[in-house]
Amino acid sequence: MNLEKVVFGFFIVLAATLNFGFFVGDIDRPELHHVYELAAALVVSLIATALKFGDRTQIGAIHLATSLVADLQLVAAAVIWAIAVHVTGEGMTASVTSSVVSLSGGALFANIVSVVLLIVETVMLRR
Amino acid sequence: MNNSTFFLVLRRMRAPIIALIVIYAISVCGLTLVPGVDATGRPAPPLSFFHAFYFISYTATTIGFGEMPNAFSDAQRLWVIVCIYLSVIGWSYSVITLIALLQDKGFQKTLTANRFMRRVRRLREPFYIVCGCGETGSLICRNFDRLGQAFVVLEKDEIRVEELDLLDFKTDTPALAADASLPDNLLLAGLRHPRCRGVLAVTNDEQANLGIAIAVRLLTPKLPVIARARSPSVTANLASFGTDHIISPYERFADHLALAIMAPERFRLIELLTSLPESPIPQVHRPPGGHWILCGYGRFGRAVGERLAETGITLTIIDPAGDPQAGHIAGNGTEADTLRAAGIATASGIIAGSDNDVNNLSIAVTASELKPALFVVVRQNHAANAPLFQAYGADFAMVPSHIVAHESIAILTTPLLARFLGEIRRADESWCHALVDRLHALCDGLTPTVWGICLNASEAPAARQALMHGRGIALRDALRDPSDRERMLPAIPLLIDRNDRLTLLPDDDFDLAAGDRILFASSLFTLNHIKLTLQNANALDYAIDGHADESGGWLWRKLRPANVPARR
Repeated sequence: MNLEKVVFGFFIVLAATLNFGFFVGDIDRPELHHVYELAAALVVSLIATALKFGDRTQIGAIHLATSLVADLQLVAAAVIWAIAVHVTGEGMTASVTSSVVSLSGGALFANIVSVVLLIVETVMLRR
Repeated sequence: MNNSTFFLVLRRMRAPIIALIVIYAISVCGLTLVPGVDATGRPAPPLSFFHAFYFISYTATTIGFGEMPNAFSDAQRLWVIVCIYLSVIGWSYSVITLIALLQDKGFQKTLTANRFMRRVRRLREPFYIVCGCGETGSLICRNFDRLGQAFVVLEKDEIRVEELDLLDFKTDTPALAADASLPDNLLLAGLRHPRCRGVLAVTNDEQANLGIAIAVRLLTPKLPVIARARSPSVTANLASFGTDHIISPYERFADHLALAIMAPERFRLIELLTSLPESPIPQVHRPPGGHWILCGYGRFGRAVGERLAETGITLTIIDPAGDPQAGHIAGNGTEADTLRAAGIATASGIIAGSDNDVNNLSIAVTASELKPALFVVVRQNHAANAPLFQAYGADFAMVPSHIVAHESIAILTTPLLARFLGEIRRADESWCHALVDRLHALCDGLTPTVWGICLNASEAPAARQALMHGRGIALRDALRDPSDRERMLPAIPLLIDRNDRLTLLPDDDFDLAAGDRILFASSLFTLNHIKLTLQNANALDYAIDGHADESGGWLWRKLRPANVPARR
């Protein structure tokens, strides 16, 4: 067993699960989507991205790309949250909540691709 | 491979980046949990994520705007202390890692290799790869540079490559400190570049030269390779897989010496044509026949001995490991006794040919003292000793690096020259003598530049265009001064090659045809004038019929009706 592989897999799966945790629930109800969950998902996603740096294989490149997509979506969600709460002062209305959550839904998809890649890599290794 | 530097940086920076993300996350989360205080001193809710991230961003980067949006509570200040030290550690870690990375030898190597590769890829003119930049290599480089010929240098020794930067070349020369016998490095130097014209394997290491020649032969079979070889076994090995040109300086010098004795005028002609362009004309060598003494019977001595035997010269050999039964004399030749024993009284020439420069000079000085009329040939092994050899002033000096450099430059820059030299092998002495006199007069006191041009679309577009349209160009027209057509440029056309039919020393009325390849001898200055005439349509018009001002650019010529003759 390789500790580096454990950490790598751990962060990729954790990024996906945290993202899922934020995403799940009715899309327009702010009380089901806590901002801490979004923050955790964003931080773990960033760490997962950093872990993927510097791999020059084809699969490594796609890994990095999916992570960058997830980061982009989560950062966009966080910016919308910040604008709604602090800049315009309208607060977490149903429409703001739904756009934040749908952006995180996009990130979730990217994270799922990442997890699938991880599984594919593992299965190919077994053979 | 181009962005490998970028990936390398990313890979090394992984740990500090993650550390920074974690530190930021902890600090921001902490700030969103610690309760604050409002202006009246009553407890207030903690900072939101937005404000916390804002605060940490300017605190961690040591910008420090102060406590915003309100003054902090003591609990918040306590946490901020932790945050400040955490972030300082995080940033220091990143910066230290980055600096360590920049100083890393491997990383710097990647950087220089990448830069080298980019510069090679951007070369737009034909170039040669020079492997090995020792005495021979740098001589070749300097002359390529003077001729405006692009080249790429591969040299194993890093210090030599750095010295190359100081040589102040006119052209921008990519150089890399790498072992040229590794195929990867040859590819890096542009072996498969469409503009690569040839490879010169002139390193000090015989095996490396062999390796380069094999690699080039296998990777790019069409590319010419010129290799230097010292020992006969390596020469044979190089020849076995079709190295285009093998230069063995010892044998070449022995050939020259033998030729100088048998056919001095022909030798003089070859010497003039293959010397470095625009260098001072070498002195005339007239080695006499008769009895000679040869000091040093190594590879050089053997090569000379073999060739001189054909000229009818009798040799007495002096060598430290001399075999008395074969008539050799044991000794260095540096002592007068040995020289007397070898019969210096009756000798007409001596060759100081050991591999030790000091001994060679000592032999030469001793011998000239014993017999001032003696013809002295010395072998100079190291270019660094040149001042000593110049001060002594031997009748004939043999410098291996010069021989290799002269020959490779002559062969590479003018492939036609090899054919010309092949042709004059049959020429008689008086013919050679006449040509030598003309060459001497060509560019006062300096050796002529020998250069070739092909009347095709890329080398002489104007001439080809005119010839294809049925305008006749006599050789005389090519030699007219483009600023005054009544004056003829000082140049000697040596050879014209039309579909492998060779015309030696064509006369001025020779009618040129498209596709002709012409070999000229002239100064570098005249070279540019002749090229101008053959390449520029306006200059060519003027040279052919003296129309100075029916000129005009490409657009004007297109606009002018084709059938209206231009005004006279």
